Amino acid sequence: MRAFVRRETPADLVGARLPRIEDPRLLTGRGTFVDDLQLPGMLHLDLLRSPHAHAHIRDIDAREARALPGVVAVYTGRELAQFLKALPGAGGMEGFNAPQHHVLAIDRVRFVGEGVAAVLARDRYIARDARELISVMYDALPAVTDPEIALTPEAPVLHDDIGSNRAFELRIGNETEAAIAAADRVVRGRFVNQRVIPNTMETRGAVALFEPWENRLTVWLSTQAPHLMRREFARFLDYPEHRLRVIAPDVGGAFGAKNNPYAEELLAAALAVRHQVPVKWIEERSEHMLVTSHARAQTVELRVGVRADGTLLALHYRLVADMGAYYHAITHIGPMMTAALMTGAYRIPHAATDIVSVFTNTTPTDPYRGFGRAEAAYFIERTMDLIACELGLEVLELRRRNLIRPEEFPCTTPTGHVHESGNFQLCLDRALARLDYEGARREQAKLRSVGRYLGIGFATHAWRAGFPSVPGGKGYITSGWEKTTVSVDPAGKVRAVIGTSPHGQGIVTTTAQIVAQQLGVLPRDVRVVHSDTDAVAQGNGTMGSRSLIVGGSATLLAAQQVRAKAIRLAAHLLQLDPQRVMLENARFGDVGDPARSIALAEVAAHAFAGPRDLPEGMEPCLEATALFEPTNFSTCFGTHVCVAEVDPETGMVAIRRYLAIDDVGRAVNPTIVEGQIHGGLAQGIGQALMEGAGYDVAGQPLAASFLEYATPRASDLPHFEVELTETPSTVNPLGARGIGEAGTIGAPPAVVNAVLDALAPLGVRHLDMPLTPQKVWRAIRDARA
Amino acid sequence: MNISLRVNGQPVEAEVEPRLLLVHFLRERLRLTGTHIGCDTSQCGACTVHLDGRAVKSCTVLAVQADSCEITTIEGMAAGGALHPLQAAFQEHHALQCGFCTPGFVMAAYELLGRDHVPGEPEIRAALEGNRCRCTGYQNIVEAIRSACGRS
Repeated sequence: MRAFVRRETPADLVGARLPRIEDPRLLTGRGTFVDDLQLPGMLHLDLLRSPHAHAHIRDIDAREARALPGVVAVYTGRELAQFLKALPGAGGMEGFNAPQHHVLAIDRVRFVGEGVAAVLARDRYIARDARELISVMYDALPAVTDPEIALTPEAPVLHDDIGSNRAFELRIGNETEAAIAAADRVVRGRFVNQRVIPNTMETRGAVALFEPWENRLTVWLSTQAPHLMRREFARFLDYPEHRLRVIAPDVGGAFGAKNNPYAEELLAAALAVRHQVPVKWIEERSEHMLVTSHARAQTVELRVGVRADGTLLALHYRLVADMGAYYHAITHIGPMMTAALMTGAYRIPHAATDIVSVFTNTTPTDPYRGFGRAEAAYFIERTMDLIACELGLEVLELRRRNLIRPEEFPCTTPTGHVHESGNFQLCLDRALARLDYEGARREQAKLRSVGRYLGIGFATHAWRAGFPSVPGGKGYITSGWEKTTVSVDPAGKVRAVIGTSPHGQGIVTTTAQIVAQQLGVLPRDVRVVHSDTDAVAQGNGTMGSRSLIVGGSATLLAAQQVRAKAIRLAAHLLQLDPQRVMLENARFGDVGDPARSIALAEVAAHAFAGPRDLPEGMEPCLEATALFEPTNFSTCFGTHVCVAEVDPETGMVAIRRYLAIDDVGRAVNPTIVEGQIHGGLAQGIGQALMEGAGYDVAGQPLAASFLEYATPRASDLPHFEVELTETPSTVNPLGARGIGEAGTIGAPPAVVNAVLDALAPLGVRHLDMPLTPQKVWRAIRDARA
Repeated sequence: MNISLRVNGQPVEAEVEPRLLLVHFLRERLRLTGTHIGCDTSQCGACTVHLDGRAVKSCTVLAVQADSCEITTIEGMAAGGALHPLQAAFQEHHALQCGFCTPGFVMAAYELLGRDHVPGEPEIRAALEGNRCRCTGYQNIVEAIRSACGRS
């Protein structure tokens, strides 16, 4: 890792390790997160939640709560339904069973944590007191939390109107059975990608302000997609969208979990309108664990047909995806994304996934960093090691034989995904060189001879980022474009208005670098405006590693247009042929005569003159808006290597080395890119070794605080060795590839493959994540017995 | 109850409910919102402040317990408008992304600066066990702290 380097010249800004513009405010405690806002007369919203996984609500008695001084109102689900619609669910997919999902449960609760009553009170302490005074009578029902059991005829059914727990079934891919039947060997396995909780450090929250005389509703929201939220809030509230303003202030992490229009935030807005008073709702950590979207929760049963030499012929998954009790915004997309990328970085002529999506008495699932693609990478990379193990092949040889070669791009997979370009071998070669693979294997043999368990695990992953618009899409997230407006004021200072909503990705700095390089100004002279729907008319938000490849491309195009206009105007003012004008250090000059030049600020000032003083046909102002719509996903890829040692006495896994070689296409700020990889690795290693959101048989969650849910701490993680390669993408003008999700995608298979390689002498074939000391210790004990 | 204390060098007197947490007192009464709340079980460390020179989690301290004490919050760290060397090191080493946990890390790491040696990586990682970050993977936080310790 290399630190930031301060620099004062605009040249070569793209690629520079510029310190982040975002930092000083955040470092001094001057950020503004939602809970930092206090408005005059503001009330606090708090929810009473179901302690049952599945129950009928027989009665709710809120009389005592209503009588408590400082309490303004108490609502039940039935009362809210008199003036509020059902929640927006996964919309637009025909043939899907979409259950009704209300702001608060009506008559029946379907997971622990589902809201049953809401309190509006003068402060958060009184709201909490009132919540405790509400008495709810439940008739408990049998619950089901295992999706396989939920599919059996005896299982309790969550949604009577649907009649079974089947959400939808879908097949994605081509014909596989003949190829599997004809293969030399068929390898079978079952892998679980366990349920995890995103756990952003800032929980969710909202402050809603209604101004009746202006007919204005403003919602400060901890979200990663303010424009999508504006639309969903407008629909839910039947409120005119042009009078609704959503502001994402500083947001303390999102990771895909702040993309859903949740009940609590919608309710805060609805009550602000109804009571004509500002309303704040802030989620507690224990609530976050119970009600903010969970993720992953996919299981595959696989069959893969292989030639004796290791050539992959056909792959089939039966994929069971746990939706939870209801749909959140794009819950249903997860398994489809997994299916689309099931072949990973490999050439497999026949591949298909049969998806079965299931409702269970658990928290709804939705995106989390690596959505669908982390599951796909885990399944295929574990499959590769399983094949190597069963056929007695070397894991690297097997990968090399099947990796898509650089000359094979663009490459369409059997599941319909197009890998636009790539060089998968490059990352693998760099990883092996850095690791000293032969040396590592010798070290492993040496340690094995003295009873120590060292393993080397690989993930040669390929995934995709920066989705194009969905044709005919009626669903929640279907627009793939992004838009930037770049304008220069008469003083020569620049404003870039972007449609993504950065919250830690360093996009403010990165945007400033792109714009400053084009216009020859300093990055600090570029102000980046984002995340306020009144300042940014339209946008789609930050998700799926799209901010740079899509948003950054729109920014580049807008800045280029402004630059071209400035050159035309400078040429006009200098009475030169535009071909002879070059831009250097914020001055436009004659290529042949540097003395003949004019500052950007002077050009910008002239740009505000009347049209008669401008070149023929030129409009006033130095401003351009550019929209970028990707024609295809960018292919993202890398090789991760984990070297881990297992202590057979304790089952503890110690990561000795972790190498991440990822191709970023074009690194605008390499230090920021490396930071993105680090963070993803921490989450990926967390999933591999520590994290899991389980339920007991009655549907009680086993993790409801940081006491039970282990996100990694500093001492749980190794020093990462990160290296970037830059193979330009062919589908965006920056040539960039997504990087935000590389860590969560690559780390789980690399770590699990390493641990199982370590345990190979004991004959342990597979263990499901998380590889906790207890699970590993038991596997060793059983293997030795 | 009436309490009297000093916060970032300024004397403060207030009438508070006995159950009011110090973190709510700082955030909502004094409007010092740089101290954050990230959990409800005293495990994330986002609310770390200095109480009489020691790092404490202000979600686990009642405001009344801070009576007669000296409190320093993140807002008190950048004296005279310049970043504290620790804060500057966090920026230089890209030790923050979303920035929500950052004030807690700065306040917790401050104690390491006073040690009579430059702490090594394992020592720094161990010292941060009370603070959680979900963005950075900690590596750059560790490097920032080591660099700041080397300078002071």
